[in-house]
Amino acid sequence: MALKLEQILKEASFARPVEPQIRWEDAARRVAQLECHSSALAELCGLLFSHCHLSFGGLIVEERAGFELRYVFYGDNDTPWIYVLARVGSAEQRVPSVSRFVHGADWHEREAEDLFGLIFEGHPRLGNFVLHDDVWPEGVAPMRKSFPACALDTHREKSRGWKPRRIVEADGAFVMPVGPFFSVATEPVHFVLETVGEDVIRAQPRLFYTYRGLEKIAEGRRAQDVVLLAERISATSAFAHSLAFCQAVEQIWKVEVPPRARALRVFFAELERLRHHVAAIEGICESTSFAVAAAQAAILQEDLLRICGSLSGHRYLFGLNAIGGLTLNPDDRMLRRAAAQVRQVAERLALLERMLNTSSSFLDRLEEVGVVRTQDAIDFGMVGPVGRASAVSRDLRKVQPYCGYDELDFETPYEPEGDGYARLRVFFKESFQSAQLIGAVAETVPKGSSRTDQAVVSPGAALGWVEAPAGAALHWIRLSEGGTVERYRIITPSFANWHAFRLAAENFAFQDFPIILATFALSVHENDR
Amino acid sequence: MSQWVIQGLRTGIKTTAYPREQESAAGVSPGRPIATELPEQDAESLSARCPTGALKNSREHLSVDFRRCIHCFRCARENSVSVRWEPGYEWAFMAGNNARGSGCLPRTFERSVHILVVDAGDCGACLNEVKQLNNPYYNFHRLGFFFTPSPRHADVLLVVGALAEQMRKPLQMAYDAMPAPKRVVAVGSCALTGGIFGPSFACAGAVSKLLPVDVEVPGNPPPPLAILHGLLLLTGRKASSFLDHDPAEQARFKLSKAS
Ligand code: SF4
Repeated sequence: MALKLEQILKEASFARPVEPQIRWEDAARRVAQLECHSSALAELCGLLFSHCHLSFGGLIVEERAGFELRYVFYGDNDTPWIYVLARVGSAEQRVPSVSRFVHGADWHEREAEDLFGLIFEGHPRLGNFVLHDDVWPEGVAPMRKSFPACALDTHREKSRGWKPRRIVEADGAFVMPVGPFFSVATEPVHFVLETVGEDVIRAQPRLFYTYRGLEKIAEGRRAQDVVLLAERISATSAFAHSLAFCQAVEQIWKVEVPPRARALRVFFAELERLRHHVAAIEGICESTSFAVAAAQAAILQEDLLRICGSLSGHRYLFGLNAIGGLTLNPDDRMLRRAAAQVRQVAERLALLERMLNTSSSFLDRLEEVGVVRTQDAIDFGMVGPVGRASAVSRDLRKVQPYCGYDELDFETPYEPEGDGYARLRVFFKESFQSAQLIGAVAETVPKGSSRTDQAVVSPGAALGWVEAPAGAALHWIRLSEGGTVERYRIITPSFANWHAFRLAAENFAFQDFPIILATFALSVHENDR
Repeated sequence: MSQWVIQGLRTGIKTTAYPREQESAAGVSPGRPIATELPEQDAESLSARCPTGALKNSREHLSVDFRRCIHCFRCARENSVSVRWEPGYEWAFMAGNNARGSGCLPRTFERSVHILVVDAGDCGACLNEVKQLNNPYYNFHRLGFFFTPSPRHADVLLVVGALAEQMRKPLQMAYDAMPAPKRVVAVGSCALTGGIFGPSFACAGAVSKLLPVDVEVPGNPPPPLAILHGLLLLTGRKASSFLDHDPAEQARFKLSKAS
């Protein structure tokens, strides 16, 4: 159903007389920009979120003669991308917080406060988020243009300590710190778990240990080179992120990607999704100490890594995406052979699922554990397979199709229960679907070249998006005249799902904690960037 | 439960024969660029394409500082000329020449080495490849290597990542908590040179800026077998990568091979 934006805005009565301005960014009406005064931001965003049932994609802050804040929303089919735009003078540096109405904006505002030094008025908790207090002095705002990306060692603070914030007050309440290394070869994250005994009452993750400042170090580099950074946001979703980046640049430079490249991109994106999900399934088996099943899944993961390796030269598909297509053009025979190998993997995966489904001791650890209710998942803006396990099924491949996904036959799976078992089932279902899409593409891939170098190098900004293995990923890019990056904003699915993770972890027993964590299949690197 | 046993038997033995024999399965390694004889002009144009300065045009040939290479394949694809690409994965070498490293672990450790893995700011690829060592294909327990979550039990600190600012303190604390004798293995081009990430305000760019590194495993990411080679090297069971990362060394190697 098409969204009647004009009408909704007319009917809405704003507390203050602030007429938001609608501007269509393109002739096809795929992007609408609503500019408003910052005092109307919260209400307008709240209206789009709760009344129009749009998803909040993320917040994009840019410093260009003052600050531009874009709150990105998207909906179902036929709904355009909607950017709510507010400008803030460079002297002002204060914006009203929208997180009261759109809870998913909570972490985005905390991030912008840390990195840009903007104050979000009415936000209950700012500071010590991306930049840890025990490492960085007060007042550092690395994303400001005046901050040099190569400033080495100038900021390191020697003395300020950090103590976990305690909230739970009760007899016998204590804090259990976990991490940043807590098991073998895990991504670094620290958890502050508060408890009065058996159950975790409050679970707050402390992230950004691996903050690499990607958004900042991309600035000033050539777009072609930033593809390499995009691949390395998170290796488990390297192809997805580089695809989002390339598609944004291709929009700005008006690049017509050849049909074969579009089909191959679907092929590799689904291959990556399959590998990601198999790794997630392996993690879930491992977290329940089900070593035999974990080993079976591990074999499949390595098989997929080898398929990627022999087809693309790289086990994580690095160096494959480029602006204008792919750097390789594997022939049809190779694609079909890889698809046949993938089919075998999928068959073995189906066997694994059948066996897990009859292993009651395993299912007992997942069923009704780590439950996230649908409304909570919507409020926190959960995305991807983890969101779909709570019946939040919006999928960018469906609602904002790219690379010809709209011509492919598939349905986005979802489950209503929102527990660990539902998440496992979604991972399985999506894996089979990816395998099937890979097979379909291998049969129908058009002939031709896989790359074009026709491009109109011009300045501009655009949003690139993909449904990454973990969910919606949005990349906002502004390019200069010469083709260098002026602003690169990376919004990742793990960021949204980490925000929501505590919903699942709280009020469950300690021994369930690692299992709940595994069922979320969260990536720290994707979150930290 | 019996179904799992049957399935296990049906799966059979997957484990690689390495280090007894070389592994030849497809897709186990991305391979790597090696020094190539090229006309001045071609060498120049290829080295200009390299995003990390791993390629140098040093008279008659293109030398490769593999420690810097991030496997972007720009020197191997979509050009009229390309660098020579070598399969294989035995890439690790002792960082002993830099005087800070302390050589192999004593012989008593040969069959029991406990490894603490610390991610100091990578993209997750190196970390995932390290994890694969535990899977049935590589099963590094059979060679006497074990992961441990505690620095108190660790003999080896295996570090991946470009040394992010916020990981400095945890990494240093982990190292300090390890009992002697201890060794540090740096895995991945980011841990060696900062790769594509560093140095910057957020990443120091090399683990050796904080800790004495003993074994270096280049690659972006190095495949599991390369990491395994690094561990075998550390315990004195494999020789160092003979193609040294130093461009001058490479030139010498090149010459001796030609003659
Ligand atoms: S593959 Fe390595 S050597 Fe070749 S251009 Fe890329 S980084 Fe440089």
